[in-house]
Amino acid sequence: MKFGVVTFPGSNCDYDSYMVVKDQLRNNVEFIWHKDSDVSGFDCIILPGGFSYGDYLRTGAIARYSPVMGSVIDYANNGGLVIGICNGFQILLESGLLPGAMLRNRSLQFICKHVYLRCDNNETPFSNRLSVGDVLKIPIAHTDGNYYWYQADVDELERNRQVVFRYCTATGEVTDKANPNGSANNIAGICNKARNVFGMMPHPERASEALLGSADGLAIFQSIVANATSGVTA
Amino acid sequence: MEPKITPELVAEHGLSPEEYEQIKSILGREPSFTELGVFSVMWSEHCSYKNSIALLKTLPRKGKGLLTEAGEENAGAVDLGNGMAVVFKIESHNHPTAIEPYQGAATGVGGILRDIFCMGARPIAALNSLRFGPLSEARSRFLFDGSVRGIGDYGNSFGVPTVGGEVYFEDCYYANPLINAMAVGICKTDRMATATAKGEGNPVFIVGSSTGRDGIHGATFASEEISAKSELKRPSVQIGDPFTEKLLMEASLGIIKDDLIVGIQDMGAAGITCCSSEMAARGESGIEINLDLVPVREDRMTAYEIMLSESQERMLVVGKKGKEKEIKEIFRKWDLNCVEMGKVTSGKNMKVWMGGKVVADIPADVLVLGGGAPIYTREQRRPAYLDEAHRHDFSTLPLPPDYNDVLMKLVTSHNIASKRWVFEQYDSMVRTNTVAGPGPDAAIIRIRHTSKALALATDCNARFCYLNPRIGAQIAVAESARNCVCSGARPTAITNCLNFGNPYKPEMYYMFSEAVAGMGEACRVLETPVTGGNVSFYNEDPERAVYPTPTIGMLGIIDDIAHITGSNFKSIGDVIALVGTTKNELGGSEYIKEIHDLVTGDAPSIDLDFEKRLQRFILEAIKNDLVKSAHDISEGGLAVALAECCFGDREHLIGAKVSFQLDLRADALYFGESQSRVILSIAPASKGSLTQLAASMNVPLALIGEVTSDRLQINGDIDVPVVQLSDGFYDSIGKAMHQPTR
Repeated sequence: MKFGVVTFPGSNCDYDSYMVVKDQLRNNVEFIWHKDSDVSGFDCIILPGGFSYGDYLRTGAIARYSPVMGSVIDYANNGGLVIGICNGFQILLESGLLPGAMLRNRSLQFICKHVYLRCDNNETPFSNRLSVGDVLKIPIAHTDGNYYWYQADVDELERNRQVVFRYCTATGEVTDKANPNGSANNIAGICNKARNVFGMMPHPERASEALLGSADGLAIFQSIVANATSGVTA
Repeated sequence: MEPKITPELVAEHGLSPEEYEQIKSILGREPSFTELGVFSVMWSEHCSYKNSIALLKTLPRKGKGLLTEAGEENAGAVDLGNGMAVVFKIESHNHPTAIEPYQGAATGVGGILRDIFCMGARPIAALNSLRFGPLSEARSRFLFDGSVRGIGDYGNSFGVPTVGGEVYFEDCYYANPLINAMAVGICKTDRMATATAKGEGNPVFIVGSSTGRDGIHGATFASEEISAKSELKRPSVQIGDPFTEKLLMEASLGIIKDDLIVGIQDMGAAGITCCSSEMAARGESGIEINLDLVPVREDRMTAYEIMLSESQERMLVVGKKGKEKEIKEIFRKWDLNCVEMGKVTSGKNMKVWMGGKVVADIPADVLVLGGGAPIYTREQRRPAYLDEAHRHDFSTLPLPPDYNDVLMKLVTSHNIASKRWVFEQYDSMVRTNTVAGPGPDAAIIRIRHTSKALALATDCNARFCYLNPRIGAQIAVAESARNCVCSGARPTAITNCLNFGNPYKPEMYYMFSEAVAGMGEACRVLETPVTGGNVSFYNEDPERAVYPTPTIGMLGIIDDIAHITGSNFKSIGDVIALVGTTKNELGGSEYIKEIHDLVTGDAPSIDLDFEKRLQRFILEAIKNDLVKSAHDISEGGLAVALAECCFGDREHLIGAKVSFQLDLRADALYFGESQSRVILSIAPASKGSLTQLAASMNVPLALIGEVTSDRLQINGDIDVPVVQLSDGFYDSIGKAMHQPTR
């Protein structure tokens, strides 16, 4: 399969995602420039982390209007797989491909550290290699990762099983203390109703080699590949 | 209408009457107002190093593997093998931070990153060495919080991992905080760029951000003491834009990779002036520029303002003739300005045009360091307090009644406590090369697709330097090297940032001269040449000067990632070894400051030849796979170092039980800061080989105990649950910053 990694000006995890696909998954991968509007030929599009267009406005608010995003929205609406990581998740929220918004972390600070995530839905193209209840050690690095939506809408997310990952303790308990940023229901990653669009604040591409402290994030990329090769559609 | 030049105006520009006479004799006439501004910034301490360069030239600046000589280029470069080079440098941004911490610190990071990527190297790591007044003071908390946010926001957005450094709190930094930013990059040796302008007719471009009125006279401001009037200099502080910097890096690396240019230099202090004159002087060429072409942010900017602006995120590029179109195309891709504003000429002068008139016409080399800029050796006098401090008699100091209590106070003291409140605000992992981020002895960055890694550390115990500048500087070099060695790296080269008070005060100049001498001695013995750095004088206010603070940035190379060694104890039952000699030394220790409220005595002694032998032994033991963990003993002494080995991994706390007898004061034994000591943990089976190796290399080693489950027990004197020490250590600074623990 072929991955595409979008480079917005200010993206800074595009290379990291690219290298995980190339070196760890040994799959095909290409960068997609933000001024391009052709995303055909890709089996999965990664919106990487970073500070697109500087994020001096609300995070992701400008990236959403870049030429490439029009095509990514069409691609997603036609069932294409899209994963947004950190800033990529924020862009997915701004573009309406996923519901909700990000508030500033409750500490009002940028936070970079390893956290634990519990898998709550393994029936998605991004988590099919995991079991429900699996705990992954993956780092976060953001200022605006405090997931927020109206209570009724969060309830609906839960009913639809759109919450894929939640912040938890090392042993998998979902507690307030294990919530690094104040996210509603400890939400770390969600998918859309159709399961083909997925966003998460933690960085699985930073947890894909044991040398760097954890290889737990690799399961997410492997799930995408497994999904494609098994021919199961989302 | 330009102002008339009067003696008052000359003085306001920080130039002495003698220097002004020299300017007139160089030009053979009175300078124009713009020219006065140009001389003022170029001959400022900040740009000219006029009071330091004579001493800096005594430092060892050559060694195998060095690809540039100190001062030649924007940063030092070391051969890494495999056709790759490491480029690194540390620089201060103290004065701006004292009045505007967020932007001051942020632009410090921006400046040092540009120094790295204008060499053609992609930044792969940043570190910083920070010093503030005590956190009990609101002003210190304001400066600390603002600086950390500024460093974080800039580096995080730019996309460089901030992987290490140090933070200290001391009364002497209350008015003058120190912000030393270090950056490290890698490049291909055959694609290293140079900061040179040559080749008559080659086009000169200004690229990146537009030029505004910010930062005018920043270099001159940095060359005077902080005072009540400093607040008025707030407009001298530049404003950073990390987003533009990221684009500027990509475009700059693009034109270097495609071999389109002759030279490139970052516009830091003194902006266009400094770039044009330094690049021309280096290429023994002239340069002609037209300020009407410079993209500006405001109308009616004068030549003086454009020449002196320190607007950030700009570069001067000397292109290859005929490649203009390709250069412009790359900058267009990244949506950045790229304007041809001049040419390299055959003469020697920097000639500046505006509005059809020549506004400055000065021989480039008279402006620059190593050319015509003034060089002074100042009067020095040994400060009287030194002998008094060295005579201090510690034998009358009462022994503490409760050593558990002392240990708890030390692990929670802000100088020793975990800096996680700081480094969790920094992205330490972007670019996915960080093997060991902030916290342990040295940060470790792997070099992708090779078996190598870099170990990076900054170090300076300024209290030791205050009590003995020569020994203190030796210790700073030795400790940063030891930090690298404990990670499995061979110390390779240093960069340095020398933070001192006013050099016109003979006592201060003595301290500076001693510290430079000590640094040179240590670098010679440890074979870590000086690749460059920066001097920051005038870190004082009417009340006091900062402690002499020669911050060392050490680069170590790990040849095989299999040798990477951590500092935490690993498994219950492992044997703990103490390497080196513990002496009756309490001078300058964190213990006598925290418990007895004293900063006195002499710095601990150091035997550099022994230090070298110790470091060779540790590396040898690591390479022979005898070592499971290695940790340098520094602030807080042996007891604190053992505690750190137990709680270094907060998720996997572990204990230790040690016992040993030495004929020393108990407080010196547990908390003294004798140099050249390391704690190792080893598998029981390695005992014989390790002791044999130590004996054969003539290094004292004692097996003092073993790794246990959850308490730290030392002789009969200390017995504490590790979790209690750990909670104190990790939460202390957050509490001082009024953050709820989470």
